Amino acid sequence: MHVEEKLTAETFPASPERATLEGKNKFLGFWLFLGGETVLFASLFATYLALRDQVNGGTPASELFELPIVFVATMLLLTSSLTSVYAMYHMKNFDFKKMQIWLGVTVLLGLAFLLLEIYEFYHYVHHYDHKITSSAFGSAFYTLVGTHGAHVTFGLFWIVTLMIRNSKRGLDLYNAPKFYIASLYWHFIDVVWIFIFTVVYLMGMVV
Amino acid sequence: MVTNHSNSTNPKVDIAYRRKKNAEDMKHQVITFIMTLFLTLVAFFAVAYDYSAWFTIPFIILLAVIQLIFQLYYFMHMSHKGHEIPALFLYSGVVVAAVTILAFTTIIWW
Repeated sequence: MHVEEKLTAETFPASPERATLEGKNKFLGFWLFLGGETVLFASLFATYLALRDQVNGGTPASELFELPIVFVATMLLLTSSLTSVYAMYHMKNFDFKKMQIWLGVTVLLGLAFLLLEIYEFYHYVHHYDHKITSSAFGSAFYTLVGTHGAHVTFGLFWIVTLMIRNSKRGLDLYNAPKFYIASLYWHFIDVVWIFIFTVVYLMGMVV
Repeated sequence: MVTNHSNSTNPKVDIAYRRKKNAEDMKHQVITFIMTLFLTLVAFFAVAYDYSAWFTIPFIILLAVIQLIFQLYYFMHMSHKGHEIPALFLYSGVVVAAVTILAFTTIIWW
């Protein structure tokens, strides 16, 4: 089967992301990358846990964080994880249009999350003078949460690029692995956020 | 190459079977989503209600780990066939992660 062969719903394979050798390699390589990302975020989490009480006279975590904002951000990202699952569901059914629509919804939810995070950082800097240079807590906090935010930004550009690049091409075995891997990345971002809202925000509120 | 899971030579029959399977799979995904939503709410309420830290912290970390498993095995399809090597890669990362966090929170202090 040729990668750019025009396929129909009948001839589209059951696991399009792994139907070609290139797809298989992407799949395997991407999971290796996710193992590395796990280690990267672990080092940032470990640093944060070690330094989170070193506030250098600034506002401690328990007075800084506001649960409603974190809750809304969590809901946005969690829902975007489900919408990208819907996109992959339609990809497997060879329904390119519906896949694009669900990817679009995923991007919008991700964008809302990102804007909320930017507002949150702005609020901390201007109302609490909580900056990356203020204290060890500030450095560890912005590095950890900011690295996650950078991943969200990268993911948004990635998915939008894929959507535009393939908008006229439709689905084939060349781009199916690309969509699948972008959705894996998006889920991984959500997994990291689960630990950020638990370890940084919720544990920060527990005194 | 193409992996058809049914023995039928008629693609129309095969596609009906696959669509049904995909729809079933999607139903599990929605259940997963509702479960993670529920676990998230429990975690936020546990913190909002101010129980003792000795209870709350291990409890919310446990909830996060359960959510991680849901995400990996359902949303990221690790429960499907052919995910042995991905599991090896990811869990190797998790082992290094656990050791790093353990070291930073126990034997290193400032």
